[in-house]
Amino acid sequence: MNIPFSRREFIKLVGAGAAGTALSGCASTPETKKPIARVIVIGGGYGGATAARYIRAWGGGAIEVFLIERSTQFVSCPLSNLVLGGSRRIEDLTMGYGKLRDEGVVVLHDEVTAIDPGKKRISLTKIADLNYDRLVVSPGIDFMHDQIAGYDAEAQKTVLHAWKAGPETVALRKQLEAMKDGGVVVLSIPKAPYRCPPGPYERVSQIAFYLKQAKPRSKILVLDGNEDIVSKKGLFLAAWNELYKGLIEYKPNNEVKEVLAKAGSVKTDFDTFKGDVLNVIPPQKAGSIAAQAKLITTNNRWCDVDWLTMESKAVPGIHVLGDATLSAAAMPKSASMANGHGKIAAAAIVAQLTGQPVNAQPVIANTCFSYVSDAEAMHVASVHRYDAEKKTLLPVAGAGGVSAKRNELEKSYADSWAKNIWADSLG
Amino acid sequence: MNRTLLALALAALCSSAQAQPADPNFGRNLAAPCAMCHGTNGVNAGGLPNIAGQPADHLAKQMRDFRDGKRPAMIMHQISKGYTDPQIDALAAFFAAQKAK
Repeated sequence: MNIPFSRREFIKLVGAGAAGTALSGCASTPETKKPIARVIVIGGGYGGATAARYIRAWGGGAIEVFLIERSTQFVSCPLSNLVLGGSRRIEDLTMGYGKLRDEGVVVLHDEVTAIDPGKKRISLTKIADLNYDRLVVSPGIDFMHDQIAGYDAEAQKTVLHAWKAGPETVALRKQLEAMKDGGVVVLSIPKAPYRCPPGPYERVSQIAFYLKQAKPRSKILVLDGNEDIVSKKGLFLAAWNELYKGLIEYKPNNEVKEVLAKAGSVKTDFDTFKGDVLNVIPPQKAGSIAAQAKLITTNNRWCDVDWLTMESKAVPGIHVLGDATLSAAAMPKSASMANGHGKIAAAAIVAQLTGQPVNAQPVIANTCFSYVSDAEAMHVASVHRYDAEKKTLLPVAGAGGVSAKRNELEKSYADSWAKNIWADSLG
Repeated sequence: MNRTLLALALAALCSSAQAQPADPNFGRNLAAPCAMCHGTNGVNAGGLPNIAGQPADHLAKQMRDFRDGKRPAMIMHQISKGYTDPQIDALAAFFAAQKAK
């Protein structure tokens, strides 16, 4: 049954809505004018928030945009490893959705329980069903704890992944603070693809940075499910050797298969490793609403899309963004890419709803920084252009690359990147 | 169709395939990803100078100098190589037309 908003409720929700399209600089559509269409965006992370903001702006205020996000606060995964290292607080990475509201996006804090693509309608837990003309699903990732024996709900209380920034990040920092000097931190990395390819190695660096100052007799043991360091290998190895010699033991081809939470250990195919702090990052898949909506196309994990529009290859009329997508060749699951996906989808949706041709040649760029201490960082960059023949985004040959060496200027660029991508995604 | 006409038709086809000058959002769409470091529409949110409102000639020259190794950079020498000349011109025109605030 479709229960539309009451008029009063709707006006309250949209409220200041029509106010601004700061992004486009165009005059906003008068509030009295009926919107030409409604777009609902599910998920207010880097992908969804960006899509909502840009559809609102590029639609000149004529397209009604609803953003459904269960959390009232956005917490950035990029930079969250610095909370573990101690040079940032979680509050520094936490923002609200007020500016998006000021720009006319209707932000609703609720959870979507079902998507009906036939009727173009979603169901939620707190408010009535909502109809849409186009739907954007940017669900992020869910964790496949069941792939690791013993990593059940009870074990998850003490063995943390902290691979979504928030309370777990703070809790893991507290575990590190509580650990005795001379303790062992075990950090396990799942097989690629996972969210943020260089992220685990940045985390190793940040934990080592903390141990070096506070607990120099301690050690961090890295159990990598991959055959080698997945991203920025030379740069990370140089940082570990030059800054944290003796603190880090790295073991490739060591996928954690079992967690023994009470014993404080993990098992690979070959060995059992004991640790005082266990940080086990499970394998990942598209956020659960993707499975509910039958958007998953590949390995029961990821959602394949048409890269011209970000439309699902499984369900027409639904656009999927960010880490949940089946990544194109050499495309990382990163905030930069999710932000870029949001813009491809925004341009396509505005074109589709206003009868314009869809951009036939999208180009997006990726810049990911890794902080290896409180003072130095390094980057990997790439440019991804649509290849009409292969019908996918491909990295432009000869473009992109990594830092020559970690340095302090890169750190200031990384800080600047964060400020700008936060403002670009959230207003 | 005579040879000149054919050549003209082909040239028109190629240039439209490369630069799509007919698409009014060509520059806007190309410029959008730059925002993650340079700020929405080139208006910086902290740490870097605005590229919004700078002269198009100047912006295009910087991109080509980065690309051709004439101006050293930390990141832009890698990013600029991802763009063709018509794309660089479209980016420069877009940012030049934005208000710096």
